[in-house]
Amino acid sequence: MELSDHLFRREAGRMVATLTRVFGVHNLALAEDVVQDAFCRALEVWKFRGMPENPSAWLLATAKNRALDILRRQRTARTFAPDLGRLLDSEWTLAPAVEELFAANAIKDDLLRMMFSCCQPRLAEEAQVALILNILCGFSVNEIASAFVTSRAAIEKRITRAKKLLATSKRLFDVAAAADFAARLPAVHRALYLLFNEGYHGASPETPVRAELCHEAMRLAAVLLDHPLGATPTSYALSALMHLNAARLPARVDAAGDLQSLFDQDRSLWNRGLVREGLGLLELSASGSQLTEYHLEAAIASVHTSAPRAEDTDWGRIVSLYDMLVSIRPSPVIALNRAIAVAQRDGPERGLEAIGTIENRERLAAYPFYPAALGELELRRGRHATARKHFRAARALARNPMERKFLDQRMTACGSACPD
Amino acid sequence: MSEFTFLFRGSDPTAQSPEEMQKSMQKWLAWFKELGEKGHIKYPGHPLERTGKVVSGKQKSVHDGPFAEAKDIVNGFTLIEARDLPQAVELSKGCPILEVGGSVEVRPVRILNM
Repeated sequence: MELSDHLFRREAGRMVATLTRVFGVHNLALAEDVVQDAFCRALEVWKFRGMPENPSAWLLATAKNRALDILRRQRTARTFAPDLGRLLDSEWTLAPAVEELFAANAIKDDLLRMMFSCCQPRLAEEAQVALILNILCGFSVNEIASAFVTSRAAIEKRITRAKKLLATSKRLFDVAAAADFAARLPAVHRALYLLFNEGYHGASPETPVRAELCHEAMRLAAVLLDHPLGATPTSYALSALMHLNAARLPARVDAAGDLQSLFDQDRSLWNRGLVREGLGLLELSASGSQLTEYHLEAAIASVHTSAPRAEDTDWGRIVSLYDMLVSIRPSPVIALNRAIAVAQRDGPERGLEAIGTIENRERLAAYPFYPAALGELELRRGRHATARKHFRAARALARNPMERKFLDQRMTACGSACPD
Repeated sequence: MSEFTFLFRGSDPTAQSPEEMQKSMQKWLAWFKELGEKGHIKYPGHPLERTGKVVSGKQKSVHDGPFAEAKDIVNGFTLIEARDLPQAVELSKGCPILEVGGSVEVRPVRILNM
């Protein structure tokens, strides 16, 4: 029998979420210790006895027994979850109470509860994302630092602070309270969106860790859709945009390990299953009166996935979707993408004009795709030397060897001594 | 065929992330499976707790130690069947504990002819 991929990492999230409900959110560190302990046990026992029939159940039972042990031994020294209250005082009530907290229908919402707890407004967005990755997805500080191309110390600091703040909240978020749920939901959407984007457009090279971030975001979005209060049109739109963009992941890097632009990708590699699912989700998102940026981004991705070849793309539709997106969420990055679509529809000159009118353009100063887009459009209208200058600027900003190699190739495409 | 014990020493998994722990688990299971399929496992053995007592001397004094240092502590054993010591040693080289700073002690089991 084989262990399914990432089973430990995913079970870690589920177990910490459940144990935190048992111990109380102020004992988050204790919950994490118990989970680590359960994995050590598994490692020791399974090595010699082989894998159990149901590894998840084995891990959960081990964590439950350890939790009971701790509750018995420390009930006078520590305070635990307020909901448990006096049930801890007697052996008659303790074991059944813990059984109940670990029952299948009780732990179903634990991930969601923890997800909402992590997205509390007193935490900065990037801290929420780091916390979700650490607690719910079971990534270590090192793994998160490598995905974000940040130093271990910086991530450690961010997570430690966030956990301290989380531990001071009185209790975990109550996912049954409809009004609170609706109020917190946009922050959860945003955190999952950022998590997905970090995997998709982030600075890290194309490593497995990076694709994993996309998969984690999709998994957590599915958990959200699984809850009656979470299955809103916006949640469907968010999930649709993840599916439709993730469908293109297999073609982003070619067999030689080179980054491929959307125009050059081998579209036969796109994941048709994800496209189908994404289109289904997009349909489910089209109810209610709210048009969010997630709806628009999903719609843009669907235009790309429905074009069999790059030249079949309906650029007019994409430009109009970007127009709406810019009005909902004005940002220089979105305006840059709009300008690229304009160039596809009306030619490179119009595209360069559109770039010239981007508000707050200076905020793109460190964004490698900005000079890269300028280079691409200059190259297309035959101004090779200017294009080359832009690509060189982009290369200086590139965040990993793959981007640098891609830009080197673009510079080669500009030729060596072509005057403007 | 002769019998050998593999004594596994060292390697503290607590510093690993869940993903790393799963990876080392998978390596171990694969190694064990291969040994089993080739008929080398006489008895899979047991993990040993990291705690215990040491009883010593005529006084039969009982201590919590001294154990060997954490990295040298025996944390499990397996009974292996192999043609001879060199083959048993070859088999031990596949043990994943070696990749994380641990060691395998290969000891022939002495057969008592009574």
